[in-house]
Amino acid sequence: MTAFLDVLLGGIFHAAVLFLVAAGLQIVFGVQKILNLACGAFYAAGAYVGVAVTAWALSRGLPPGAFLLVLIAAGLGLAVIGPPLERLLRTIHGRDDAFQLLLTFALLLVFEDVFRLIWGANPQSLGNIVMQYGSINIGPTRTPAYNLLVIAISILAAFGIGALLQKTRFGRIVRATAENRRMSAALGVNTSRINALVFTLGTVLGTLGGALVVPTAAASLDMAAELVVEAFAVVVIGGLGSMRGAIVGAMIVGLLRAAAITLMPEMEIISIYAVVIVVLILRPWGLFGKPAT
Amino acid sequence: MSARIVILLVVIAAAAALPAVASEYMMVQLIPVIAYAIALLGLNLLFGYTGLLSFGHALYVSLGAYTAAVMTSRLEVVEFELVLLAAVVVAVIVSVPLGMLCVRYTKIFFGMLTLALAMLFHSFLFKFYDLTGGDSGMRVTRVNLFGNPYDDLDKMSFLIGPFYWYCLGLLVIVGFLMWRLVHSPFGLHLRAIRDNPKKAEFLGVTVARFRLLAFVNAAVCGAIGGVILGVNIGLADPALAYWIHSGTMVFMLVLGGFANFFGPILGAIAYIAMQDQLQSLTEHWRLVMGIVLIVIVVLFPHGLAGLATRIGERLGGRLRGKRSATTEQTSAQISSAATASGSSPGAGR
Repeated sequence: MTAFLDVLLGGIFHAAVLFLVAAGLQIVFGVQKILNLACGAFYAAGAYVGVAVTAWALSRGLPPGAFLLVLIAAGLGLAVIGPPLERLLRTIHGRDDAFQLLLTFALLLVFEDVFRLIWGANPQSLGNIVMQYGSINIGPTRTPAYNLLVIAISILAAFGIGALLQKTRFGRIVRATAENRRMSAALGVNTSRINALVFTLGTVLGTLGGALVVPTAAASLDMAAELVVEAFAVVVIGGLGSMRGAIVGAMIVGLLRAAAITLMPEMEIISIYAVVIVVLILRPWGLFGKPAT
Repeated sequence: MSARIVILLVVIAAAAALPAVASEYMMVQLIPVIAYAIALLGLNLLFGYTGLLSFGHALYVSLGAYTAAVMTSRLEVVEFELVLLAAVVVAVIVSVPLGMLCVRYTKIFFGMLTLALAMLFHSFLFKFYDLTGGDSGMRVTRVNLFGNPYDDLDKMSFLIGPFYWYCLGLLVIVGFLMWRLVHSPFGLHLRAIRDNPKKAEFLGVTVARFRLLAFVNAAVCGAIGGVILGVNIGLADPALAYWIHSGTMVFMLVLGGFANFFGPILGAIAYIAMQDQLQSLTEHWRLVMGIVLIVIVVLFPHGLAGLATRIGERLGGRLRGKRSATTEQTSAQISSAATASGSSPGAGR
């Protein structure tokens, strides 16, 4: 029972973080049809900047209990990198998928070395700050309250994105653009502005995910490439471009990974990718995606 | 045509003469160049000629390297010909079923599936420590060439001497076969599939079968390149199968120029030379490489080969009045080839 609860809580926490990044991937893919490999770099950027800003704020006398707010602010503040990167991607708009994939891959390489340039090769962590909020007993097991907070934030973000896309004028325009870009443009939608906004939203979701994960795991140079592997599994399982797919995919990948780590550590990635391949073979458009026409 | 063959022969002869003049250090760089050139010839068949972008080519490269490791350090078979044969057989056995799966998809889905399969293999290599040596990899021992162990040479002189010539020979053979392949009706079928799969299907081309053949060919080239890499480093390690390695190979190909026959070779040379130069200048060479990749993708999508063709065309245009009719014909051929490749993968949109 304890082991089961541990797996469940660990899995859901991991899923919560994965969901944020995957949601960013999905919304960008949905509107711009770009599979953004640089999402891993955004995640890592969130983590590194999160550590740096929090450490700085703590040294300036920030009450340790407020570190979560600083992390969130750091994640949101990284929105500034969205528009220039979108501008860069726009230069190859309309070319083959391969080039877009390659360009985001190049961004990943560049970011990785920028982190190395600024922070060096050693992992950056916030020490044991995660225990600031204490831990909570759930049945026979204990879990840091921080993890539950992150899960709550992720759920809030999911509802927030849902409301944004379904209930607002902006959301309607985004969905229309995702559905039929040319038609939207013909109806007077400023699609390049929508692109910039959506890409920035995708970026923020990635950086927020990275900032939130950093109290529990150090920021390191290989976290970008490693996250791409998992986020990619999430969007393939869930279906490219689908928000519901991001939720379900993140839950599947998060729980599967947590279970594998406890039961059979060798199977950590293999089990995830076995599911990815089964999904790609049986339903290449994913559980919630739309079949390509 | 014959002029081009002469140039090619001169280049090959120059490459063969290199060990006599080049420094040891440079020779060490050249073996991976050959390995990647062979692997990329395969990737180019798949991407440049068939229009399928594999983000999992590292799977076959690592398969070749690990086959070499298993053959030499586990089974103690050190005959290089047998190692190569084993790698080719393994690559075919693995790539036929995987290819049958993958070629059902195109574009981004093909890329994703190949990436997923390669990551599956990477994870196997990484996690199953007892079988594969985990992150420390598996040793690849020295090999015999044509039954000759070259006992009188130390490891370095062996690699930059006989082994280099052997690999160069392999590159020439694979390159020649690939040239024949892409200039045969088979190659024409592949390009027809790339430019318009539906139309090709209507014209009676069995699209799936041709894609599969290209896939298997690419896998075999990847495995041969992997064997050379493995012997050269003396190690097969899981990083060879990681998706970043696949991406790096796509980078090399685009740098050299895909859909151009010599693009892969150019790409391998340019990438390794650039990496070597940058590494000696700064520890942040990846940053510069990433920026170079961005510039290439945005401004020169046809890579160095495309750039060379364009410059050649411009020069050709200026000289056209003075030169004889035959030159004009060749430059017209080149420019038509350039426009053909210019309209390549984007044509599907």
